[in-house]
Amino acid sequence: MTILEEQLESHPEGQAHHDEPRGLYLWLTSTDHKIIGKNYMYTSLVFFIIAGAMAMLIRTQLFSPNNHFVSPQTYNELFTIHGSMMLYLFAGPFAFGGFANYILPLQIGAPDMAFPRLNALSYWLYVTGGITMLLGFFTASGAAAFGWVAYAPLSSATNSPGAGPDLWIVSIMLVGFSGIFTAVNLVTTTFYLRAPGMTMFRLPIFVWNMFVTGLLILIAFPVLTAALIMLYVDRHFGAHVFSVAGGGIPVLWQNLFWFFGHPEVYILALPFFGMVTEIVPVFSRKPVFGYKGLVFATLAIAGLSTGVWAHHMFTTGTVLLPFFSAMSLLIAVPTGIKIFTWIGTMWKGQVEFRSPMLFVVGFIFVFTMGGITGVLLAAPPIDFATHDTYFVVAHFHQVLFGTAVFAGFGGFYYWYPKMTGRMFRENLAKLHFWVTFIGFNVTFLPQYLLGLKGMPRRIAEYLPADHYTTLNRISTIGAYITGAAFIIWMANMWISWRKPIKASDNPWDGHTLEWATTSPPSHHNFEKLPPIRSQRPVWDMNHPEYADWANPDGHDSSQPEKVGER
Amino acid sequence: MKAERGIYLIIGTFFFVITVIYFLWSGEAGGTIMLFAAAGLGIMPGLYMAWWARRMAPRPEDRPDATLAEGSGPVGAFPANTIWPFVFGIGAAFTGLSLVWGVWLAVIGIGFILSTAINVSLESRRGGSV
Repeated sequence: MTILEEQLESHPEGQAHHDEPRGLYLWLTSTDHKIIGKNYMYTSLVFFIIAGAMAMLIRTQLFSPNNHFVSPQTYNELFTIHGSMMLYLFAGPFAFGGFANYILPLQIGAPDMAFPRLNALSYWLYVTGGITMLLGFFTASGAAAFGWVAYAPLSSATNSPGAGPDLWIVSIMLVGFSGIFTAVNLVTTTFYLRAPGMTMFRLPIFVWNMFVTGLLILIAFPVLTAALIMLYVDRHFGAHVFSVAGGGIPVLWQNLFWFFGHPEVYILALPFFGMVTEIVPVFSRKPVFGYKGLVFATLAIAGLSTGVWAHHMFTTGTVLLPFFSAMSLLIAVPTGIKIFTWIGTMWKGQVEFRSPMLFVVGFIFVFTMGGITGVLLAAPPIDFATHDTYFVVAHFHQVLFGTAVFAGFGGFYYWYPKMTGRMFRENLAKLHFWVTFIGFNVTFLPQYLLGLKGMPRRIAEYLPADHYTTLNRISTIGAYITGAAFIIWMANMWISWRKPIKASDNPWDGHTLEWATTSPPSHHNFEKLPPIRSQRPVWDMNHPEYADWANPDGHDSSQPEKVGER
Repeated sequence: MKAERGIYLIIGTFFFVITVIYFLWSGEAGGTIMLFAAAGLGIMPGLYMAWWARRMAPRPEDRPDATLAEGSGPVGAFPANTIWPFVFGIGAAFTGLSLVWGVWLAVIGIGFILSTAINVSLESRRGGSV
């Protein structure tokens, strides 16, 4: 129990507690993983609101046929920056910057991340990268307008002139480096800063998923950064890597981009799968079902997701269809294992539908639907028919909104008491869930039908004769309902801030180490740690009569003492 | 260390097998190179950890029966507050923006980055204070 006191002595004199800067200066200079994690979270939520407002504009434009609410050029800019912000600036950093930074060291019993200054640097690269992307709207030629995928030759200097596309390139580079640094931090922290007794196979699943996300970032982001440098050189120094004119190959961009882009989808999904796996056992009052299966499913997703990139390129006619189709179908297996284990955890548990659990159940519903349409799209004949239609748009919104928003806000509500020391209003949180859930499904289920009727994505206008009007109107109304849900959420946060209800240290009767410390945790996280003898140390401490290590099939409590030199 | 080694080596081996299958089946160069690099990303740290795992007794965090007292002692020096990551971030952003609006921004940006390099080195020698 003395570990943390001694750790505090290792801090240089006179800075741990006194002379702590306050206010803005603390925000600028802190290397505490909790403050950086919160900064990440607040910043990414601001980007989420901005990008969500863009979605409202996009849906307003599509409300009526031949609408002129925004110009076609503005429309292209809006969907480009909406996609880029949601993927690069919200979903990823919200998870591996915000939640991982805050929760991962707490869950493994560490005082901080392994490289605190690198951690701070990655936050600042992320913020400046995000601002750089938004600067595009203030340039004469407008922001980037080539979609978040920036396909060649549309992204060349002739087809997309001006500063906007360059700002987009620079922004993604900065955010990419931020992601790489965070990934280095996550992997190193998981390997080297675990508390004694916290073996790899006792790590909470959230930590496992963040660690695997880190590995995927290290595989994927450098490829994107390299591709962006090539694109920049093409645009400004007359290289012809991606242009046919000089003997280049435009499809090479798609290969490079999707080699990043598909792992990126799992970089966005895996952290949220981890949050779900933390929330489901706590609100079912059961240990997680199939721990090792989940770990290997996560590793399998990481491996397979790197081998499926060209399923975004089936219609280019230059890819090995059977290989990529088979890999894409295979990846449904580990994902299915995960859904199965979540349901298995709830099965015969005492399920309590508090707001985090509601969001998680909503996630399972929405994500399973998106996943099944994903399996459809993995078959080339179906993909040929639905490629670049609203069917694909509905598919990836169900997958990504399902993970980043349903699971993400489930995690947000779950850890909110730990992060702030305050409770939110449960009724408002439940209302937030139901309005989001209804709004979301009203928005995106019609888009499947629109896609099957042939409506292509990324068009600013359609004709009355296309018969897309009714479904588009339903979809737009759904988008407004979803938008309204986030006003409820903001009101909840405001009330919780102005009229605080103090949260206890362990309001949900949680299982993992973050619930063993105070809410919010002190400067170096723990005053004392419970002994770590199973995957649920805090559960064992609070419920010794049901402790996991007392379980006869527990694999570790009966081990003989091994003595070795350190 | 053994579990960590295993994870890296499993991932590396998996990518290596996929690389071979993909190359023999498609003969396409770009994807093969990227997959090969991914295999290297698993195998290189995996071998490094295997090298250490053979020479080290299991650490307290590797042993299921370790007590918390075994992990006592300095974990590392964690700087409490430092302005330099912020300065570096601003410098990197200016340097990046020089790709859009001209080299003069890089002059400012690299100035920030150099001052960070110098000050972070000094900060480490003094003991991590601001």
